[in-house]
Order: sequence, then structure tokens, then C-alpha cells
Amino acid sequence: MSTDGDGSIKVVPVRHVGRWVGVAAALVVVAMIVHTLLSRLPTGQRSCQGVGASRVCHAVTEWRFSWDIVFRYFTTSEILHGLLITLELTVIAMAVGIVLGMVLAVMRLSPNRVLSGSAWTYTWFFRGTPVLVQLLVWYNIAILYPRVSLGIPFTHVSFLALHTSTTFTALEAACIALGLNEAAYMSEIARAGLLSVDEGQVEAATSIGMVRRQTLRYVVMPQAMRVIIPPTGNEVISMLKTSSLASVISVIELLGAATNIYSANYEIMPLLLTASLWYLLVTTVLSIGQFYLERYFARGALRTPPPTPLQRMRHDLAGIVARFPTRRGVAGALER
Amino acid sequence: MTETPALMVEAIGVRKHFAGVEVLKGVDLKVGRAEVACLIGPSGSGKSTFLRCINHLEKHDAGELLVDGQLVGYELRNGKLYERNDKQICAERARIGMVFQRFNLFQHLTVLENITIGQVRVLKVKEDAARARARELLERVGLAGRDGYYPAQLSGGQQQRVAIARALAMDPKLMLFDEPTSALDPELVGEVLDVMRDLARSGMTMIVVTHEMGFAREVANTVYFLDAGVIEEWGDPREVLTHPTSPRLQNFLSKVL
Repeated sequence: MSTDGDGSIKVVPVRHVGRWVGVAAALVVVAMIVHTLLSRLPTGQRSCQGVGASRVCHAVTEWRFSWDIVFRYFTTSEILHGLLITLELTVIAMAVGIVLGMVLAVMRLSPNRVLSGSAWTYTWFFRGTPVLVQLLVWYNIAILYPRVSLGIPFTHVSFLALHTSTTFTALEAACIALGLNEAAYMSEIARAGLLSVDEGQVEAATSIGMVRRQTLRYVVMPQAMRVIIPPTGNEVISMLKTSSLASVISVIELLGAATNIYSANYEIMPLLLTASLWYLLVTTVLSIGQFYLERYFARGALRTPPPTPLQRMRHDLAGIVARFPTRRGVAGALER
Repeated sequence: MTETPALMVEAIGVRKHFAGVEVLKGVDLKVGRAEVACLIGPSGSGKSTFLRCINHLEKHDAGELLVDGQLVGYELRNGKLYERNDKQICAERARIGMVFQRFNLFQHLTVLENITIGQVRVLKVKEDAARARARELLERVGLAGRDGYYPAQLSGGQQQRVAIARALAMDPKLMLFDEPTSALDPELVGEVLDVMRDLARSGMTMIVVTHEMGFAREVANTVYFLDAGVIEEWGDPREVLTHPTSPRLQNFLSKVL
């Protein structure tokens, strides 16, 4: 038995051979990706400098992914305006979707058959037809209803009448179409959340005299949020990208702006990359927001909340430093 | 002026069935003010269902059920029974405290918030006053200083004591306990029974569904033995628990004692 100087027995950790092979393979793939992203291609031209005997020539190259063009367009006003429209569409459609979805979920769980049946039918219809079709229908709604008016149903009493084609813009049509479609999906997410809360919580709330509305608002909803938020974050990110469908009804959002530019200058790939990079950037910001929102609503559900990425990084770093005995002082300082 | 009824709870022939199975087959029971009644009996005998009928968590199908001289869930006017609306039923319920087997503390709220939420949202008490009352109650159940803890951070016994404080915060005239110690580790049962014993001594009217025969013998004024939906035997606990007359109670006691 081998012992250290201080008499304690040395522990040899298990070697994970398969894991190391996997790590090596992953590193090779990463290296290939970085290489291709940063590779340059010859343009077929040559550039020469100097005269006579000192004249030097070499082949001209350019980025395979045209990064110079990608970043030249990254902050042009057209792209930024498109980005703004994309964000606007996402925010409004999700707001409509979340609010209506919650209402539908509560209706669906109502003991009243008419209410639950209506909610079910709504979901059935809006989930059962393509969102692209719904966008086109709302865009062309003036064909069905040239005029809309606010009045008493089934009578000729009308307080306010509008021409649909002049008052209803493409952007509004997109907001409504995407929002109503989203509500169908959100209602299922919200319903799953409401059902995930233990029946005992409702009984306890009822037993201290809360009415159904109070029970829902103060007891069930806050706990359902823990289940509702992760898939909702998914939906927001999905909506960010689905909003690009609005370009087919002439809404110039991020992708629409990129298409407009490349149809004039034929720089197709660089502009698609510009748009993609913006989508990635916004998705990253949204994911970070989702993490902290989840952490907030997890309060009470776990004895200790999960660490934030920063805390985890500090902990990992401290762990690595602690492996080097001479630096134990540094590791201790980091842990603290 | 109506005179205060002598009885806090009166049940006459209360019946209840679920999907064709009759769970309560005519239960009669009388609990006076400041009295403690213990309901004992085998599982599935309808004890919990009966308790839940008293604060209208379950609707009884037939029979009369009165709390503090008032019909539960209905109002008698001009010889007709009018079903009360949700708001009235909730107002009635707020004055009947209930403690559950599985505690049912609000998991997303701190101990203090669990006790203030009913006061603030239902009784419309000011936040400060509610907090002061909550701290007072926490001290009473022996949990002073646990304000900021979440239920998941407490032991079962501590959670149940918070649940009792939550019910007491509504200033109830009647407390219902549905097997309050059945979900607890044996060494934690005592601390909850101690709080209940103090509560009984302070003059609270209580109905307790329990398997703790020692507690029933010591604290209860009356013990009811419920079996297969009927009260099989009832009376003074020292009498009923030591000299049971019905063979069913004899059989039951031989298993639990």
C-alpha cells in the first residue's frame, strides 16, 4: 500500500477511456468548423507590386463566407429596421398568444362543457391549419369582410364602421395571424402547467376561503409558471424565426430586408448570414433572460436554487486551481 | 337578535355517494362549543369525506349539516332550500380552519407569506397587521424565527405546525384536522399533537380525524367510531376506547392498540 508523507492513502481516479476518445473526436470537428469559417478562396485574379526584377505577384483571395460583406450590412439601416419589425412582431404575437392562451387554458379546465368545448375547438382549428395559410387568410381578409363594424349582433345597429382594406395593414394582419396561432399552442402549455400543480394546493387555498379566481391567481398560477416558462421560452424563440414568414405578405422584417438587399446586389449568402447572425444574437439574449426567469419562479421548489453560470464558472475554476497543491491559497481565495 | 346556538356542528343523517358507491350512509354527530370530537375508524370508512363535507369541500347529497346554526352550502327561505353562491360559501369556509394530512402548504411562498396570504386576500387585513399576527402565531406553534423559510426547507412536523398557524390566522370558530399526523415520522408526531392539545385547552372547537388513540383518550370530549359510512359507536373516550360494545370497534381497537 502506498501512502503519502502524511500517512493518508492515495486515491487513483477511474480513467474514462471512451470519454477521452469522444472529446478528441469533438475537438477535431470543432477545428474543422473553425477552419472552414475562416478559410479564404482565390478569386482567380493576381495582384502584383513593384516593377522589373523586384516585381512580386500573388493570387488574390477572399473570405469563403464573405465576412467583410456580412459585417458591412450588419448595421445598415435597412437591416436594423427589419430587425425592429421582427422584434415588434415577436413581442406582439407572443403577448396575444400568452394572454389568449392562458384564457383558453382556464376555459378548457372549466367544469362548464360549453366553455371547455369552445376552447378545445379553437385549439383544434388553429393548430390544425398551417400558419402560412392563416397569414395569407388574414392578409386577404378584406375579400371576406370588406367592412367591419362595431354594433349589436344580428341587428342593424352599428356604432363604428371601418373599411377593412384601408385600416388593416399587412403588419397588423401578421400580428393577428401569428398571435392567434400561437394562442392555440400556448393554451396547451398553460394547461399542462395548471394541471401540474397538486390538487392539495387548490384545496388548501379553498379551505382558507379563497374564491376560484383568487386560488388561480395567488396559488396555482405562480406554481404553474415553473412548468410553463421553459416551453414558453421555446415558443418565443420559435416565434422570432416564424415571424420571417410574414415576408410573404409583404412585411419587411429581418429576412425580408435581407432578401430585398440581395435581390438587388446578388450577395445572397452574405445577407442570409447577416440575418442569421442577428437571429442567433437575439436568441442568445432571450435564453439568458429565460434562465433568470426560471430561477425566479423556482423559489420554494428547491432547497437550494441552481447556481448561475457565473457562479458555476467560478466554482469550476476554483476546482481546477485546487488540483495544483502549490496554488491552494489561490483556490481558497476563489472559493470564498 | 338570534341567540347563539349551543352546538357548533350538527349533522343529521348526512349522506354522500361517489359514482354509485355510498360513502356516508346517514351520519349523525353533535359537537358543542369548545368541545373536541375525535373521529376514528378504518380507512375507507368515510371519515375524511365527512370532514370535507363540513366545510363544503365535498357537497353532501342528503341530510342536514349545520355549522354554528347555519346550513352548510344552503339557505332556507320560505320553505325552500337555496344553494349559496361561491362567494357566500367561501366566506363561510374562511371561518372554518382545515389542516390536511399532507400539509398542503403553498410551496412558492415563505412560511410567513403562507400565514399572511389568507388574511390579506380574503379577510382584507393590512399587510403589516397580518405579518404581526403571523409572527405571533408562529411563536405559538413554536416556530418563531422561521419566517423566511420555504416549506421544502422544513421537516414534516414543522410544516404541519405552519399549516395549523395558517388556519388559525383566519380566526376560525372551528378547526378540522384530517389525519394531521399520519404523514409524519414517528418522532415528529409529538410536536404536532402538543400544539393541538394547547389549542384544545384554549377553548377551540375541534373535529379531529385521527389514528392517535392516546390523543383521543386524553383530549377528546367525545369519540365517534365511523365504520362503512355509519357511526357505529360514540361516547366518552375513556368509556368507548376501553369498553367497546360493538364487535366491529372491538376488532378495530385490537388492531390499532
